[in-house]
Amino acid sequence: MPTLWLVLIILALAAVGYVVGRQRALASSGGNAKLLHSLPSYYGANVSFAVIIPAIGLLILWLLVQPAWIQNRVADMIPEGAIPEGATLGLVMSDVERVATGLNLAVEQGAMSEEDASSIRTEFTDVRQRLGEVGVALGSNVDAPVLRAAQRYREMSATGNTWMTVAVLAAALFGFVSSLAVTKAGFRARNTVERVILIMLMVAASIAVLTTLGIVLSMLFETRNFFQQYPWTSFFFGLEWAPDFRGNSNLSIIPLLWGTLYISFIALLVAVPIGLFAAIYMSEYAGPRVRSVAKPLIEILAGIPTIVYGLFALITVGPLLRDYFAMPMGLGESASSVATAGVVMGIMLIPFVSSLSDDIINAVPQAMRDGSFGLGATHSETIRQVVVPAALPGIVGAILLAASRAIGETMIVVLGAGAAAAQFDRGLGELVNPFEAMTTVTVKIVSQLTGDTDFAAPETLVAFALGLTLFVITLGLNVLALYIVRKYREQYE
Amino acid sequence: MSDITATDAVPSAPRKGSLLEQDARTKRRNAAETRFKMYGIIAVTLGILALVMLVVSIVSNGASAFQQTYITLEVDLPEDRLDPEGNRNRDQMARVSTFGYGPLIGEAMEAQIAALGIEIEELGNPGDIVSKEAPAQLRNFVLANPDVVGSTVTFEFLANGRIDGYMKDRVTRATALLDKNVSPAQLDLTDALGEAGVLEKRFNWAFITAPDASGQRPEAAGLGVAIVGSFYMMLVVLILALPIGVAASIYLEEFAPKNRFTDLIEVNIANLAAVPSIVFGILGLAIFINFAGLPQSAPIVGGLVLTLMTLPTIIIATRASLKSVPPSIREAALGVGASKMQTVFHHVLPLAAPGILTGTIIGLAQALGETAPLLLIGMVAFVREFPAGPPEGFFDPASALPVQVYNWTQRSDPAFVERASGAIIVLLIFLVIMNAIAILLRRRFERRW
Repeated sequence: MPTLWLVLIILALAAVGYVVGRQRALASSGGNAKLLHSLPSYYGANVSFAVIIPAIGLLILWLLVQPAWIQNRVADMIPEGAIPEGATLGLVMSDVERVATGLNLAVEQGAMSEEDASSIRTEFTDVRQRLGEVGVALGSNVDAPVLRAAQRYREMSATGNTWMTVAVLAAALFGFVSSLAVTKAGFRARNTVERVILIMLMVAASIAVLTTLGIVLSMLFETRNFFQQYPWTSFFFGLEWAPDFRGNSNLSIIPLLWGTLYISFIALLVAVPIGLFAAIYMSEYAGPRVRSVAKPLIEILAGIPTIVYGLFALITVGPLLRDYFAMPMGLGESASSVATAGVVMGIMLIPFVSSLSDDIINAVPQAMRDGSFGLGATHSETIRQVVVPAALPGIVGAILLAASRAIGETMIVVLGAGAAAAQFDRGLGELVNPFEAMTTVTVKIVSQLTGDTDFAAPETLVAFALGLTLFVITLGLNVLALYIVRKYREQYE
Repeated sequence: MSDITATDAVPSAPRKGSLLEQDARTKRRNAAETRFKMYGIIAVTLGILALVMLVVSIVSNGASAFQQTYITLEVDLPEDRLDPEGNRNRDQMARVSTFGYGPLIGEAMEAQIAALGIEIEELGNPGDIVSKEAPAQLRNFVLANPDVVGSTVTFEFLANGRIDGYMKDRVTRATALLDKNVSPAQLDLTDALGEAGVLEKRFNWAFITAPDASGQRPEAAGLGVAIVGSFYMMLVVLILALPIGVAASIYLEEFAPKNRFTDLIEVNIANLAAVPSIVFGILGLAIFINFAGLPQSAPIVGGLVLTLMTLPTIIIATRASLKSVPPSIREAALGVGASKMQTVFHHVLPLAAPGILTGTIIGLAQALGETAPLLLIGMVAFVREFPAGPPEGFFDPASALPVQVYNWTQRSDPAFVERASGAIIVLLIFLVIMNAIAILLRRRFERRW
């Protein structure tokens, strides 16, 4: 039975359960709701929950476990000799799965009878051709063991699905009956229902923790695989990035990190002065009318998706910098460069720096300004010598947050910075030339993980190590920044 | 407290001269004041200027994507070439491939030129100014209406990308000389046809409704699949992120005891909001595709990844609006005998609903523009087929608006720059609409206690 139908049946049963439970509770008190412990609807909800939660829980669990279990059993059927040279068990298993889906499709479309599908033999039929007719393309001819494994796979999934349907429906029915059995006037239905809801709320709140856990575990696992194939010392301390899918790659993070940090540095060079001065002007000088226009306008910059900035870098800023700066100064001829990505990223970060600094400057107590004015300082002297020093920890926090944004930014650098990694053997001149194309950690994560990827090759797995490094760096910056900002806020509260 | 360094202040000598006259030091200080203020004004202006440049650059590059050049031709559909069997059987007619239809368009073009009396030297095959998409378009039409075979139909074809570029001033005679895909003679023909009214530029609905096209035919590329894909993903995000986010916020704001576990959740949410988006893409690839075995390029995977990214935004907004409901409401409900759960669900939550909705829309708008994680889960694939209707469509390959933009920037034909900018305009229009709804909701329903 398709899963969708199963879910619908469970939901229907839950709806019936609600009505029946409610009525049963009312009947047990002789139709007088005042004699019930809880409102009648709670008795209904209790039955619904008892139907839905165990049944759906079992369904999800089954759907997660069954494929892995079947795969394990079927993998045992494939003899060592059936795995061709250069392939792995995993590749053969994916062939098995593809043949099994093909057989299913063939039966569904009527190209093969159910009996045929479970009894054909490679000795008599060209399976690849038969499956090709129904639109399942297979890379190579189907071996006898693979076909037998696929047939076994189909059989086991079919049995598994039947058992799943039975078990899930049984769980739903059991919940239905057992919860109805306890539905009496004295049953504390509200307390039970509320406890269940509370647990559901708690589970929802834990998803944030699960996500972090998922991020860390998925990357740790693949990073471990990577370091089994590639020495970690070369990854962290090597000076060359030259991936080669035929093997013998140099996969060092240093050139990528150099590009990342250089671009982030230029971005901050643009964003910090502009953002900071804009914040100072808007919180200290601007009247309410200017503020009400300028502040939202600048904050629009924060709502624009990064792909838009990327395109802006690619079609406008890049050519502009190349034609008016790089070419006349003889520094390079590439439109995608450190400066392009850095300037555009800086624009993206302006609202980030300005609105955070704005909040922090506004939090400086007015009394401090008044004291400074009273001593005869001008407005700018007050700002420079009183307000900014007082707000400094918060501003540093804001800058750190902006830096973490810059380091993790992807689309702007993908479109604006270029794909060639920094080359340390070409000398310092090229390394610090802002009009040279340079690549970053995020660009390489994208390029190593898009397209056809082989999750056994170090050239692919390196992306996970890069991702983990990126995650650790940005996490560190964020934690530090949040700590500084929070510490500072407490100071004036 | 801050430590203001006491500069060695020298007590100034008694002042000479008029009080009304500024001395040198005051002048200097006032000049510094004006300068400082100027820096602020310059910074604000630079910020706004950047915004204006960004918008102008995108709009000036992309506005022309909404216009397209069409050529109206009368095409003969001879029976002996399109339906050799003569029985109008669709399956048999399908054996005539698009190559069989191509010459028909060329002939129609020649006939049109002859009828108008245009004579141009070195023209080559005049059919070349029609899009390469045209034969397929004609074939689909004929296969859908087999009865038209043997008659003459009036048909509108897309013009070739270069001819379209000429109509939009992107291609000039000078560039045409260097370009092997277009010749000045073809541009002369374009001018002549334009004067005759056979060739014209019109609003391009196909840009919004048509699927993507291959790198050689930018004129036929559209956003249809990307819009559907983005819509599906937003649906998944809405269905998952809203209930989970609201439930999590209710727990944290109303029920959570102050303990280690609650602190852990809080720290996690704060950090997730700042994790680079590409890391979520790695998570999606590792967990949803490699581990759970969900299909690549499917809106369901994109939706799940974006859900995880949007959750912190929704949780932060929801908690703020739950917090803004005054405690007196809760106390009144508890006072008349409601349980804690009833208080929250019957009173606090409805009052916080506008704020939650606003936060959700803003979160969705963020998710709509997100690109990097989608690249990793295979949404970059070239998809021409529209996904099926929900729920099966969630598992079909699709594209997404921002990814389509990225895809087009990676193609060599310069006409795709216009398409990419046009796609950005569509994306920005969606974002503006969503944000406007959020602002309206806030204005209309926000209550100050």
